[in-house]
Amino acid sequence: MSYRFFVNGDPVEVEVPGMRRLLDVLREDLGLTGTKEGCGEGECGACSVLLDGAVVDSCLVPVCQVGGTSVRTVEGLAVAGGLNDLQAAFLEAGGAQCGICTPGMLMAAEAYLGAGGSRDEEAIREAIAGNLCRCTGYTKIIDAIALAAEQRRAADPH
Amino acid sequence: MPVEPPVVSAQSLDEAYAALAESPHQPVAGGTDLLVQITGELGEPPDRVLDIWGLDELRGIGVEANALVIGALTTYTEIRRSPLVSEFLPALADASATIGAAQIQNRGTLGGNAVNASPAGDTLPILLATDAELVLGSARGERSVPAAEFWPAYRRTARAEDELLLRIRFPLVADRQVRFRKVGTRRAQAISKVMLALAWRGERDEAWTDVRLALGSVAATPIRAARTEAVLEGASPTADTAAAAAAALGEELDPIDDVRSTADYRRAVAARVLHRLIREEGGW
Repeated sequence: MSYRFFVNGDPVEVEVPGMRRLLDVLREDLGLTGTKEGCGEGECGACSVLLDGAVVDSCLVPVCQVGGTSVRTVEGLAVAGGLNDLQAAFLEAGGAQCGICTPGMLMAAEAYLGAGGSRDEEAIREAIAGNLCRCTGYTKIIDAIALAAEQRRAADPH
Repeated sequence: MPVEPPVVSAQSLDEAYAALAESPHQPVAGGTDLLVQITGELGEPPDRVLDIWGLDELRGIGVEANALVIGALTTYTEIRRSPLVSEFLPALADASATIGAAQIQNRGTLGGNAVNASPAGDTLPILLATDAELVLGSARGERSVPAAEFWPAYRRTARAEDELLLRIRFPLVADRQVRFRKVGTRRAQAISKVMLALAWRGERDEAWTDVRLALGSVAATPIRAARTEAVLEGASPTADTAAAAAAALGEELDPIDDVRSTADYRRAVAARVLHRLIREEGGW
């Protein structure tokens, strides 16, 4: 079957079985390897992407349900070839160590900030509760998201 | 990569019914269970899949005929955000908030929780405690099954192979209170060790009536605890009531040891959680 949707703003068309996981379509068929596979069963969040703005585990989404939607992956965060504010905040706060969870963390955080999320620690913890990190102990990741939240509030107080 | 069984994406309910009438298909909604199943790690993947995610008539939350009615494809995120759920059945929003995390709540559905029929399905004790009715449909017509008859055995449901779960009706009962509690390894992403839903009629210090106590993860199916309900029926939430109910529940439950917990722990913690809940309601 043929499925048409948008990835990071660009229209794509893939000819693949409908039960192929969005994760595999992104990595194997479209060559977008920024999205990582961790557990493959919705526990770790490494494969998180945005589907019409909502964060989902791409290992749990069959591509037959993606037709007509808009997918955003970690490759779509960069602006004009550089890091966006959230990515820069991860760098600034030391929010990445080995890196395997980072793309998923960024996408969960982007969904949180996109919905107007604040620097409140409890709220940030809930927003990334579906993303496992085995290096950082989360503190620096939370600092990074709080920093980005603060910057976005300062840029647009409404 | 996992196996990729053939899939039909239904464009209408009639098309879905026709596919199910013709041959067995495993329906897929938000995919949070089925996409794990196709990895083959939990047993045989299905031969054929019917994608029902596009059936918008199975989404939405409304109040009609003195019931809160929730479409089978309604996600946990939608339930958490619903003003109607918050007004009429906030315990269901509480339970939905404990399921997975944002990624799962954005995809997992109330109907999927019911038909997946895991004894650890977090919303299922609420369906039992509120006497919910599950409406099934097929080319043969629609029928309604009470929650008490929906899970006859381990991972079995009353759904026939050619039927789809369409919606769930929660009868609205005057002065009814419903509470939900869950015990898991951590707050997010945890499969429950024990969960409990308690419903009753009556004000805080009055005697409780129409008491329903339902539990998950303590038996092969979600269950009602009839003997403990009998202890609570007509009683007020006092220290004596809490002690008697907790003792009755510890006697009544017969859970198993498994990878997530032990029978002893489940029995003890269920009794303790019930005790604490009655204490909170009694305000002592």
